[in-house]
Parts: sequence; C-alpha cells; structure tokens
Amino acid sequence: MKLPMNAALPARDPAWLGRVFWIGAALVLLWPMLVATEFRPWILFSAESRGPTWRFLAAFVPPAMDVDFLALVARETWRTVAIATTGITLALVIAVPATLMSTRVLSVSAVSGRMAPVPAMLRQVLRWVLVLLRSIPELVWALVFVRVVGLGPTAGVLAIALTYGGMLGKVYGDILESSDDHATHNLLANGGGRLQAFAYGLLPQNAAELTSYTIYRWECAIRSSVVLGFVGAGGLGQQLDNSTKMFAGGEVATMLLVFVALVALADRTSGWLRRALA
Amino acid sequence: MKPIRTPLAANEPYRLPPPLFDARCKACWFSVGLVALVVASFWSLDLQWSAFLSWEAGRSMARFAGEFFPPDLSAAFIRKVGAASIETLAMSALGTLLAGFFGLLLALPASRTHEDDPARARAPTRVLLNALRAVPELVWAALLLISAGLGPLAGTLALALHTTGVLGRLFAEAIENAPSGPAAALRTQGVGPVRVLLYATLPQVLPQLISYALYRWENNIRAAAILGVVGAGGLGQLLSFHMGLFQMGKTATVLCAMLLLVAAVDALSYAIRRYCSVR
Repeated sequence: MKLPMNAALPARDPAWLGRVFWIGAALVLLWPMLVATEFRPWILFSAESRGPTWRFLAAFVPPAMDVDFLALVARETWRTVAIATTGITLALVIAVPATLMSTRVLSVSAVSGRMAPVPAMLRQVLRWVLVLLRSIPELVWALVFVRVVGLGPTAGVLAIALTYGGMLGKVYGDILESSDDHATHNLLANGGGRLQAFAYGLLPQNAAELTSYTIYRWECAIRSSVVLGFVGAGGLGQQLDNSTKMFAGGEVATMLLVFVALVALADRTSGWLRRALA
Repeated sequence: MKPIRTPLAANEPYRLPPPLFDARCKACWFSVGLVALVVASFWSLDLQWSAFLSWEAGRSMARFAGEFFPPDLSAAFIRKVGAASIETLAMSALGTLLAGFFGLLLALPASRTHEDDPARARAPTRVLLNALRAVPELVWAALLLISAGLGPLAGTLALALHTTGVLGRLFAEAIENAPSGPAAALRTQGVGPVRVLLYATLPQVLPQLISYALYRWENNIRAAAILGVVGAGGLGQLLSFHMGLFQMGKTATVLCAMLLLVAAVDALSYAIRRYCSVR
C-alpha cells in the first residue's frame, strides 16, 4: 500500500527554523563550558600521561591478595559499614524529635482553625535548620569535624549524622504531611496527646514508607562513608586514597572490587527489605 | 443469692498478646539483627565522645565557628570565587551532558525492547553500568587524577563516568517500560531497528529521559562542588585550599557560594521540569 501523495505534504520539516536555532544556541552555550572545564580529553592519550596511566592500570592485575592486606581490607570494610550505621542511628536521634516538633498535622492549635503564631514560627525555624543541615555536603561537615575532633571515624560519624539527620527530618515531615490526617485530627480533637495521635493515627499508616526510606538512606550512607574516608574519616576510602597516592594498582583493584561488592550487597539487602515491607 | 456474672465482652474475648520473640517470626530476627548491627557498630568504632562533648571541644568548636565571621568579601576574592563557581557549574553541566549521551548509547544494548529481542548484550552492559554506578564520583576523580592531572577535566570526566552508570540504567528501564504498541506496529511493517527507535520508542520516553537527566544535574552540582577536595577543580579546590590554611573568612565565602549555587540550580531545574510537564 502506498501513501496518497496528493495530500499537501510540506516540502521540508516545518519545525526546521526552531531546530536550527536551538542547535545553534546549544553550541553557543557549550563553547564557554568546554573552555571553563579545560576540556581537552586528548590529554588522556598524550605521551606523558600514557606512561603512568598504563603502569597504574597494568598493576591492577593481579589484584593484591596477600592475607595481611585482605585482613586489613576486611577490617576497613567493617569500619565503613559501622560508620554508616552509627551515623544513621545518630541521624535518627536528630530527625525523629525534629519531625515530631515540625509536623503540621500534629499541631493542637491547628485542630480548630489556624495554627497559633508561635508554634507556626517554631515549626518554620525548625524546617530551616533541617534545610541548612542537609544543604551543606557531608564532605564539608567532615572537613570541619576533622579540624575539631581530629582524624578518625568520629568526624565521619558526625558528618553523616548531621547531613542525614537533615534529610531524614525533611522527608519524614513530607511523608507524614502528605498522608491522610483524618485519624490524627480526630484523636487530637478528642483530647489525645500529640504523641498518642502520632503513635495511633500517623504511624500505623506510614510506618512502612518511613522504614523503607530509612533503609534507602542507610544504603546511601555506606556510599558516603567511603567518600568521607578521602578527607581522613577512616574506613575503606582512606585506604583507597593511600593506595592511589602510592600508585599501588593491585591494592586499588582489590579495594575497588570489595567496594563494588559492598555497594551491590547493600543494594540487594535494601531492595529485599523494602520489597518485604511493601 | 445469685452469683454475679461478669458480662461477656462484646468483641473477641480477652486474648494474650503474641509473644515478643518467636523463632519463626522474620521481623523478630530482623530486629535482633538490626540491634546487633547498631551495637556492634558503636562498640567497634573508637568514637571520641569525650573529645567531642567535653567543655574544651565545645570551646574550640565555638571558636572555630566564630572564625567564619566575617566572610571575606573583598572584590578580588569574590571574583575568584565567581570564576570557581562558573567552573563548578560548567563541570556539572558538561558532565551530565556527556553522561546523558553515553548513558543513552549504553542503554540501547542494555534494554530488551520486544519479546523476540535476543538482547545478548543486555547482561554484560548492565554489569558495566552497575560498576560505573557503584564507584562514587569522588573515587573516580581520585583515580582519574593520575591520567588527567589536577584540574576540572578530571572532575568533569569523573562526574560523567558515575552519571553514565546511573542514567544508563534509568534510561534502560524507561525504554523497557515504554508502551510497546507503536514500536510493534512499525516492526511488523518491516521497519528497521534504528527507525523504530527514532520514530516510536524515543519520542515516547524522551520527556522522562530529560527529567532524569535534570534530576541528576541537581545531584551533580552538589558533587561537583566538593570534587575539588581531591584536586579536581571548582569550588571544592578553593574550599580545601583555604581551609587547609585556616583562612576561615575565605572558607565562609566559598561555603556561601556553594549553597547559593546549589539553590540556584535546584530552582532552575525545577522551573525547566515545570515548563516541560505543563506543555
């Protein structure tokens, strides 16, 4: 079957002008970006970079497999997981009270009409604090705490606790406020306390979602805690940094493999738990 | 005298609550495991609470925070921070752009578009994407410094590598979940795979791909701001340099620039997504 060709088909693409304009605009925008990032990828293949890169990559095979080193990696891997877990636990210590205080659904004065001005202001201030906590990257917090408490896992734990406390507090609040507030409202209107209204009205319908989000954040915290090692907060990241600086390709290869396996494991665990909750 | 009978409850008669722990209850084992993990974590890390919660630490913390004020607002330094902000912005945008391109390129072999599609490259491509994704940007940057040298190029490539893994996987999911009708209609007419992609699959998933890419751009601006800590250019490099020299006023300016930049990109990306979804 052939298309009837007598229909008035435009001779050329009707959107032609727009397309040419946007492609031109994109190129004009792209140029300063390429300049600003000193984007010269051929440097990667220049003679003076090829040598060290090749030697580094060649040292990847075979990965370092001696017993002492593997024991060290195992210890540091556990530290990475422990830093993430401790950090998330402390983040909950920040996030749970902050959520309880800042959730609008749990306001007694808002049960009848508008919320009173003082609680409304308190809630707004708390939200801003949470936003501030999470908009400073955890690496910056870690740099600050390394100055205060010295090198070691404490800095990493505190950095994760503050950033993730802000994130969890914000998202917990969003989850609670987007849920059905009928039961909570009733409990408060009939003289229930705020904690009672939370435990019997809000928590039952949101527990699965809250838990699932927390588990997801734990998974993210494991990734963060590796990164924090690069500024001296201990764990796998610190070892990886040391080995990279010493051009010890075999050790880097082993740690990268362990790291990919760790992330995959956390991914699986978190996925399995969240499916079980759903 | 008639014995007083206790009235029966209207609902189910009184029953004991379930025991707190039951060997067959998965949730119980999970809770026990969780508590064990948390306790073991706290116990195995030599956390210096005394160093952090002591009066001395509090004072040094307060002194440290006090040094941030006043931020250095001299014109010369502001200009330097401005240049670094533009570098950070360009790194994140270019990194995301490259990742969008290569992510789409890798998403095509990583997706099974119809039932008879053998998709032999699917498993190996997904392994590659997962490996790219599992290594964080900062680790990529630290590794790339060896071949790309100090500077924003290493940072841009690091962002591109990690984001390629993330976007490739998201794109592959989007392509696999697209309604199969239009593509099947073209395929039964004998249209080749490239044109099926261009005229059926891609137009359907393009809005979703753009939205994913914008979302990753928001993440990448945060990552680009800190990549400099290992020497990969941008605001982070300035931050670690001045913090290393204990010039806290300058550090405060850099931190403010970071927060402003992130907020601006968030707002811009939100506006673009609003605009795209309204149309």
